[in-house]
Amino acid sequence: MAVTGIILVLFLIAHMLGNLKIFTGEEAFNHYAHWLRDLGTPLLAPGWYLWLQRTVLMVAVLAHIGAATVLALRARAARPVAYAHRRKIHVNYAARTMRWGGVIILLFVIYHILDLTTGTLNPVGDSTRPHSNVVADFAPERWYVTLFYTLAVVTLGFHLRHGAFSAFRSLGQQTPKGERRARTAALVFAVVLTAGYLVVPFAVLTGLVA
Amino acid sequence: MNLTLRIWRQKGPEDKGQMVTYQVPDVSPDMSFLEMLDVLNERLILDGEEPVAFDHDCREGICGMCSLMINGEAHGPQRGTTACQLHMRQFKDGDTIDIEPWRARAFPVVKDLVVNRNAFDKIIAAGGYVTAPTGSAPEAHSVPVPKADADAAFESAACIGCGACVAACPNGSGMLFTAAKITQLSLLPQGQPERYTRVIGMVDAHDEAGFGGCTNIGECAAACPKGIPLNTIGRLNRDFLKATSKRAGTPGS
Amino acid sequence: MDLYTEGEPIADTRAPDGPIETRWERHRFEMKLVNPANRRKMTVIVVGTGLAGGSAAATLAEQGYHVKSYCYQDSPRRAHSIAAQGGINAAKNYRNDGDSVHRLFYDTVKGGDFRSRESNVHRLAEVSVNIIDQCVAQGVPFAREYGGLLDTRSFGGAQVQRTFYARGQTGQQLLLGAYQALERQIGLGNVEMNSRHEMLELVIVDGRARGIVVRDLVTGEISTEMADAVVLASGGYGNVFYLSTNAKGCNVTASWRAHRKGAYFANPCYTQIHPTCIPVSGDHQSKLTLMSESLRNDGRVWVPKAKGDQRAPRDIPEDERDYYLERIYPSFGNLVPRDIASRAAKNVCDEGRGVGPGGLGVYLDFADAINRLGRKAIEAKYGNLFEMYERITGEDPYEVPMRIYPAVHYTMGGLWVDYDLQSSIPGLFVIGEANFSDHGANRLGASALMQGLADGYFVLPNTLANYLASGPLEKVDASHPEAVAARTEVEDRLQRLLAINGDRTVDSFHRELGQIMWEHCGMERTEAGLRKAIDEIRTLRDEFWQRVRVPGDGEGLNQSLEKAGRVADFFELAELMCIDALHREESCGGHFRAEHQTPDGEAQRDDDRFAYVAAWEYAGTGQPVLHKEDLKFEYVHPTQRSYK
Repeated sequence: MAVTGIILVLFLIAHMLGNLKIFTGEEAFNHYAHWLRDLGTPLLAPGWYLWLQRTVLMVAVLAHIGAATVLALRARAARPVAYAHRRKIHVNYAARTMRWGGVIILLFVIYHILDLTTGTLNPVGDSTRPHSNVVADFAPERWYVTLFYTLAVVTLGFHLRHGAFSAFRSLGQQTPKGERRARTAALVFAVVLTAGYLVVPFAVLTGLVA
Repeated sequence: MNLTLRIWRQKGPEDKGQMVTYQVPDVSPDMSFLEMLDVLNERLILDGEEPVAFDHDCREGICGMCSLMINGEAHGPQRGTTACQLHMRQFKDGDTIDIEPWRARAFPVVKDLVVNRNAFDKIIAAGGYVTAPTGSAPEAHSVPVPKADADAAFESAACIGCGACVAACPNGSGMLFTAAKITQLSLLPQGQPERYTRVIGMVDAHDEAGFGGCTNIGECAAACPKGIPLNTIGRLNRDFLKATSKRAGTPGS
Repeated sequence: MDLYTEGEPIADTRAPDGPIETRWERHRFEMKLVNPANRRKMTVIVVGTGLAGGSAAATLAEQGYHVKSYCYQDSPRRAHSIAAQGGINAAKNYRNDGDSVHRLFYDTVKGGDFRSRESNVHRLAEVSVNIIDQCVAQGVPFAREYGGLLDTRSFGGAQVQRTFYARGQTGQQLLLGAYQALERQIGLGNVEMNSRHEMLELVIVDGRARGIVVRDLVTGEISTEMADAVVLASGGYGNVFYLSTNAKGCNVTASWRAHRKGAYFANPCYTQIHPTCIPVSGDHQSKLTLMSESLRNDGRVWVPKAKGDQRAPRDIPEDERDYYLERIYPSFGNLVPRDIASRAAKNVCDEGRGVGPGGLGVYLDFADAINRLGRKAIEAKYGNLFEMYERITGEDPYEVPMRIYPAVHYTMGGLWVDYDLQSSIPGLFVIGEANFSDHGANRLGASALMQGLADGYFVLPNTLANYLASGPLEKVDASHPEAVAARTEVEDRLQRLLAINGDRTVDSFHRELGQIMWEHCGMERTEAGLRKAIDEIRTLRDEFWQRVRVPGDGEGLNQSLEKAGRVADFFELAELMCIDALHREESCGGHFRAEHQTPDGEAQRDDDRFAYVAAWEYAGTGQPVLHKEDLKFEYVHPTQRSYK
């Protein structure tokens, strides 16, 4: 979980930075999107790098889901009879929502690809003009898209908060002081990423980016 | 005070079991939780009913035998307290209290609130020791141990093996119990020679017993009556990663 | 006296002589050995998995014997040794404060009020140093100094710092060390572990102990297990008092069944009462909790001067308080030995000056110490004890004085054994608190853990080999007529208990028995009281067999049935304890006869008449036969103690 999670987290950081380029103007943003396609040339043919990255991400996602499924199945098998009365004593919302949160994020990723990668569900859907796609997506009259996006990103934030801490722990974080640091780092990281992803749609919504 | 209890009654391992409601009047706030159950049982016996079976022994919070899920919390609402040391002044008149056994596949119910925790013994048998046959020990002062290490080892060694960590864990994992022993022994010089074989053996025994996997939620440490810290699991993970890497398996490395 | 008859005197024929320092070493050399190849063909049964039983089972298995281990708890790790708090003595002399094997030996004989065997005690002091080495090697996290070496402290009034400890959980850590060694042997297949099994009978074939009858407490199945030797490590019998600091399950059944089959029971009346326990809070009370004696270092003990003073403690002015220990024992004050502190508390409560529910308690007040040292200092020293007290009583001892009262804590008596720890039945060995041998009439603080581990790790594995080497014994199995008879006895007894179907619960009888014992055979005993107790016990025992109700059946888990069997045996033991206390017309250690005290109220020994071990033979209930084993003191000469 930790290793595949880290791969996905690296992607999320890059993706967020790319998104934020939208504030540098339409041209720069579109240029960035095209640059991505040509990344690695002339060593790689145009588009190859993107496919390479997609393959790695796909494998990581599948492995992440696979591992999660194994853990979930083990957990279910480990407690065949449920408690009649169960109260959470240690309120850790992030840790408790990892599984359903993961499912929500997966559904969102599928939608997100159909929307902004293939353009299938996008009102503009022109892959040569990503900036227009984004602006059209989060237009005020399509508030429900923004709402869903926000929901998904917040869920992702929770997922990252526990996920990042848990990754530290799984890879051997072992002192009480380190634990406090790991928890803080995970929280800060999750908040930064959530904010970074949310500014874009809200900028479009409020007309800051048009 | 007067209480309503809903207690899990199960005749034997094969029985399906159900929650049964009992009224217990005139409970003194000075009673321990188990003494309150004693009072109920005395009445059940005289009424010709089967008393409620529950595990208990020392009743001073150290043997680890008592094991009750009280209102959905392992050992009840008071932090750092086993069920036997929980007193009725923690409840109020008219309360309804649900009492269930630990629930885990690795801890099958024997009867009512009694479960079988032999899986923990098996984990210890798979490596939770230092091989030091009687008579073979060197003079105690031949190996000094830094005080900080000895104190930290003691903190983990305080585990009473009650199983509250498993009962509280949403994954039904026994990782805190396993990690407590691994941490104790890996902090001491005496535990070094078997450090990596120990962690592999114990984690394998843990998984084989049918416990769930750890996802670092932390319910275990919150429920632990002896305050075993969650970071012991980090120590286990670190030892486990080292042990499973090739280098650690190579003699002499 | 009409209550018993006197038989032939006995002697410890295995006891070595010569200079005391070399007795154990020479004895070990003279004992026979078992060839390693033959060991695995021999089976040893060990009943109990505490410090003594756990360490013995592990060690015997390491040596190559096939071991079958039994405990009534769900895991061997839960034996009641786990609750010992204070520490373990060893004559390491790491402090350079004048300790030595000889001094530990001397202190133990003297502390036992000259009612123990010199040879046994000396051996105990000798092996004490090996115990610490062994436990450290196992990874027991003892308290350490900053330099990395082991820390020690002075305990129970000892003048040297010889007590090793692991915070307030020394028993737990030592037991887990033995438990882990045992689990290792279980994992290797050398020990067959049977938890939730209770020994209900001893099987004797041709005069030798050859097996036990056990009940599987989960399935109710009765089975007969055979072996080449049987080791009992089943602990003490303090629960005869119902309320004690023992675990609820602690019982005398294994020892008592062996006694009924011919093993002598020695000095049953020697009972240790601990002065600092949390008092009873009501009729529901099921056990008593001990608090470390160290509290008396800073707490002052007092009661109101006036009888029945109901005011809150803080409202009672200084001049209306009686700091009775400081008043009666000006030089030792609150630090007088356990038995004196306990008896004094009982006396003031008997006068009607006790405090708390039922008037059974005295104050242990930290107000002065808090004023003098500050709350922080008290917190650092006793924080966890204060927390425990508050958890149980709901009172904050920083604000309100603690209430304490004495409680039964340890029993020095037990099955009689010789120097080899063998009982009067060949092949039956008894170790730990279950035997009687090392503590005399009174046990020193931090010596119980030492004795349990000495017996299990270092003494028994040597002496048992000597017995087994005299074999091989003829093979017998569970179909042997003696084994079948023992099993039938067990089944009949269980059926009898189940068939009574009366109108009183087992606990109600146990509680009543406990009250009789506490009243008449507790801290202070008198002839009249003991005679009354014997009558009452007999009446109550008859009532038990007519009116007890044991619900359910023998199939499967039946905790009432388990308790009923144990209480039935406690009834018989209780009578023997009273007879023993009655016949011993002197006061010594944990046995105080009101008729035998110095003008100062001190225990008055009678060495001319009673310097012997009283070993009781079973000859039908209520007709015990007394065998005296004379005690000789060549190295430590009997003296009278004084704490004024």
